[in-house]
Amino acid sequence: MTSGRIKFIQGNEVCVEAALYAGLNFFAGYPITPSTEIAEHLAVRLPQIGGKFIQMEDEIASICAIIGASLTGNKVMTATSGPGFSLMQEALGYAVMAEIPSVIVDVQRGGPSTGLPTHVSQGDVNQARWGTHGDHAIICLTASNHPDVFTMTVEAFNMAETYRTPVILLFDEVVGHMREKVVLPEPGDIPIVERLRTSVKEGVDYHPYLPREDGRLPMSDFGGVHRYNVTGLVHDMWGFPSNSPQVAHGLLRHLVDKIQNNVHEIARYKTFETDDADCILVSYGSSARSALHVVENRRRRGEKLGLLELQTLWPFPHHIVRSICSKAEYVVVVEMNMGQVTEQVKLAVGSEKKVFLANRIDGVFINPTDIRNILRLIQGKGV
Amino acid sequence: MSIRKYIRERFFPHMWCPGCGHGIILNAMLHAIDRIGISKNEIVMVSGIGCSSRISGYVDFHTLHTIHGRALAFATGVKLSRPELNLIVPMGDGDALAIGGNHFIHAARRNIDITAIVMNNRIYGMTGGQYSPLSGEGILATTAPYRNIDQGFDIVQLATAAGASFVARSTTYHVQQLTDIIEKAIRHRGFSVVEVMSQCPTYFGRKNKEGGPVEMMKLMKDKTVPKDSKAAEDHPELVPRGIFVDKALPEYCDQYARVIETAQKGR
Repeated sequence: MTSGRIKFIQGNEVCVEAALYAGLNFFAGYPITPSTEIAEHLAVRLPQIGGKFIQMEDEIASICAIIGASLTGNKVMTATSGPGFSLMQEALGYAVMAEIPSVIVDVQRGGPSTGLPTHVSQGDVNQARWGTHGDHAIICLTASNHPDVFTMTVEAFNMAETYRTPVILLFDEVVGHMREKVVLPEPGDIPIVERLRTSVKEGVDYHPYLPREDGRLPMSDFGGVHRYNVTGLVHDMWGFPSNSPQVAHGLLRHLVDKIQNNVHEIARYKTFETDDADCILVSYGSSARSALHVVENRRRRGEKLGLLELQTLWPFPHHIVRSICSKAEYVVVVEMNMGQVTEQVKLAVGSEKKVFLANRIDGVFINPTDIRNILRLIQGKGV
Repeated sequence: MSIRKYIRERFFPHMWCPGCGHGIILNAMLHAIDRIGISKNEIVMVSGIGCSSRISGYVDFHTLHTIHGRALAFATGVKLSRPELNLIVPMGDGDALAIGGNHFIHAARRNIDITAIVMNNRIYGMTGGQYSPLSGEGILATTAPYRNIDQGFDIVQLATAAGASFVARSTTYHVQQLTDIIEKAIRHRGFSVVEVMSQCPTYFGRKNKEGGPVEMMKLMKDKTVPKDSKAAEDHPELVPRGIFVDKALPEYCDQYARVIETAQKGR
């Protein structure tokens, strides 16, 4: 390992390093706190490797531009925060419908509306899931520390290619702005999934939306030898608009099934001391750091606490949460919103009474003392 | 028919109403492309939503039918990532200048090498005849039952002010001129805007008592004049057509190539 790969940088910079590692060569974005550093660093880095950076006129244009650039065969990304993420929702649905590999980073801040631009929140979990209209499935990954920001960013690019879909990286202000040590992996340390391109020869009909037996859809770059139509309308295997009920039904099932049926493959999570735990904390993103601190602290005092840290938020890994939390007496979800993941954990555990929420919604990072105080309340000890 | 090779016959018949002007624009566009002789693999047509935007489905290029108003933003991503491709973006008047107005002026400001064709029928046809930012005052529409009070944009002036390096206007009546202009617009290196006045007999014509397609096209003949002509001077109330701007300005992708050079020097 060369010492040049040891860094002390912001989470947003780690995301940049990982995106480049994964093969990013086109970024379009619009300035917004607390994600701006991603655009700033890519404005420097992308032209150095012959890639393209463009600051668009708004977030809508940014996501549209990356979708266009993905179709010419590039790995693409945009980065934003809550208000910009809201603006991107229609085009996000387009990327779902047209099956365009792309990565959208949302470094969460307090909302709704302009909210708390410089303060932390995890309030966009459900927006990531249901922000765009219509039935669909989505992949959403998150991370609590810099090595994981790196891994999850690379995974986001890999999953975008594997499933031909937009992938959301849901970071938060604390992870994005915090500086900590990270050792950047060497090339080859993490496998990279390249775009699956069609083997259909020039002059032979290529069907852009006809899945192979394994469900995957090989692509053909715009500007190449296969000319086809891409649309956000319900479309047939040629990519041409269709009103056929069978086509509509088949397409919607395909879009949902290709992700929901792979929930096991997509699930990423970490466990700490959960095997014999009476109480399991479930957390993700920066709040999982405080939850881990509480678990380590309590274990030293002999209390049987464990942590389940989720890194895949969507499709929600209900099966993982269910199996890990099944033996626990109670489960406490630590998050910085009004209980967006808590609702999913309740569904997974199947018993609302044993699932509690430990949260902060005031823009202040939830710290171990906050969690300890809430644990005391749950345990009937008073604060 | 030399342009037949550009058509996806599989997807015909098209969905435009009888008498719609958009087919004439498609015809002129394909003749212009044929004259230039660009290979089909080197053309990407990007469109948004509306009657006009369905044009992309019918042509045998790389075609990207996107979301309402955002065609130029998608096209910017395609062009910047593959500058050697030819980008043609047909849009409706509402698509280009209401919901898409911001992208329109910014694409013009960047002078990115994209040919924007605004198929201006002054109405939202797909949704059944609502007023657009090009309808102009006094027009009747389903959402202007007491006549429209909104001023209309002048596309030529707007594009010029925003920095487009090629700006022209023609109509579906003047199809020879239209073909020449589209050819020049595609050949032009930089952001080109061609406004094509088109007829919507179904909604605009019927509602505003302009008659059928023939009468509406005759109206375009009568109400427009070649720019800088004696007729234009004598009749300032008539709409001038022709090429208004045609100048060489630094093109965005060329400029970005220099950014790459600079960035790589510093390494």
